[in-house]
Amino acid sequence: MEVEVSQLVFYLLSFVIIISAIYVVTLRNIFHSALFLILTLFAVAGIYIMLNAEFLAAVQVLIYVGAISILIIFAIMLTSQLANKQIRQSNEQVMIGIFICSGFLLASLGSIANTVWRIVEKPLPENNTLTMGKLLMNEFVLPFEIVSIVLLAALIGAVVLARKEGA
Amino acid sequence: MELANIFKYLYQSLANSGLPQVWVDIIALVAAGLIVFGVLAVIALFLVWWERKVSAHIQQRFGPMRTGWHGVLQTIADAIKLIQKEDITPTNVDRPVFYWAPIIAFVAAFLAYIAIPFGKGLIVSDLNIGILFIIAITTFTIISLLMAGWGSNNKYALLGGMRSAAQVVSYEVPMVVSILPIILFAGTLSMVEIVEAQAKIYQWFIFRVPFGPIAFIIYIIAGTAETNRTPFDLPEAEQELVAGFNVEYSGMKFAMFFLAEFVNMFTVCAIATTLFLGGWQGPFLPSWVWFLGKTLVLVFLLMWFRWTYPRLRVDQLMEFSWKFLVPLSFANLIIAGFMKHSKWFNW
Repeated sequence: MEVEVSQLVFYLLSFVIIISAIYVVTLRNIFHSALFLILTLFAVAGIYIMLNAEFLAAVQVLIYVGAISILIIFAIMLTSQLANKQIRQSNEQVMIGIFICSGFLLASLGSIANTVWRIVEKPLPENNTLTMGKLLMNEFVLPFEIVSIVLLAALIGAVVLARKEGA
Repeated sequence: MELANIFKYLYQSLANSGLPQVWVDIIALVAAGLIVFGVLAVIALFLVWWERKVSAHIQQRFGPMRTGWHGVLQTIADAIKLIQKEDITPTNVDRPVFYWAPIIAFVAAFLAYIAIPFGKGLIVSDLNIGILFIIAITTFTIISLLMAGWGSNNKYALLGGMRSAAQVVSYEVPMVVSILPIILFAGTLSMVEIVEAQAKIYQWFIFRVPFGPIAFIIYIIAGTAETNRTPFDLPEAEQELVAGFNVEYSGMKFAMFFLAEFVNMFTVCAIATTLFLGGWQGPFLPSWVWFLGKTLVLVFLLMWFRWTYPRLRVDQLMEFSWKFLVPLSFANLIIAGFMKHSKWFNW
């Protein structure tokens, strides 16, 4: 019973993710595309919950839905030419695009099929947020700090680019 | 009398009735959802009436007096009126977006209560990411405001939606950072464990000087801004924007936005109670009375703000968040980190 329900939920979530992802790249109203992007990201958070990664799920919603998507919508709203306009999302390079994408799809399918997945027999830690925090602050503190510096550089870069000359 | 015991008894008698366990769980979940929904709907109706009364008495008026004792039935009458109204969809709106915006606002407002402990053992689900879940799920409120602003195809609604998005995104940063010292000291994200870390009154996070009171003040200010209330009510500044993002809505859809707004205000105060004021902890009275009492005191504080302070300008609003609250909350976090490291409050 337990397995069947979780499988059902998984297929439901995958269906939502795929359908809304297709809508994101095909809809002609860009605001609707942004809303379907939010739905896609939210359903991905659902997949994380199914994998017992609650922290990752919450952060996914907080960062992607709560911040990034809102910035995207904000940009759409501030661009007055975009308001209620029908936009074609594809151009004459669509065939090249299909070619590259299917190549990439084949490559990733091949690598997924050929990878030997490491399966750990141990049960999951009770509180994986705590475990994750400890790992980030001990074993992986250097990559963590490097990511922070990269983000800081991006932040400063954005300020420099956005600043008006002489202001 | 602890309500949790009654629910436990009901659940036990349901489990002993011979139904399969799956059905027992499903019935219990649906019942929990309906109870939370019902309680919050009543609280929201009460808050609408209370807001009108508080505003009236602050302005030396009486407010609603005719329906029921001192007008307590006024909001019920208003709700019935709103339900009866024709559901108007203006011609040039973006129909699906216009339709879904109030629904998302409503659902997002209620979802947060999955992880809020109303009393000892009175919680729908004690998630181990509790507070993070609440912060994440309430961001859907912003999306609903943006959808309402865009979908209405109205310049006032659009301006209101944009202002509210900018405001909520800016104030989310100090709000989350002001919560971090609490998580640091409690050592957990679970709402129940955070409450249990404040068993004695001197352990309440608001009394842990100096970081506690500072974090509380930052949280209350940011919470006021998050719920779009005066002095941060630019998204619905009546004099400039008519009513802001919900100007095109009427009837039941408007009522959903309105109720969601009051539920959100209650959420902010309930989180503040849980994080800073010891949640449901208190002597003599049952735990849920303490929780409701503390939360309603905070709600009164927010109402008092609304009818006392004038509205900020947009630039003042942004400056206050980014140049004052954000640095202050980060400094507060660093202080709390040092205090944790040097083992203060190690009771």
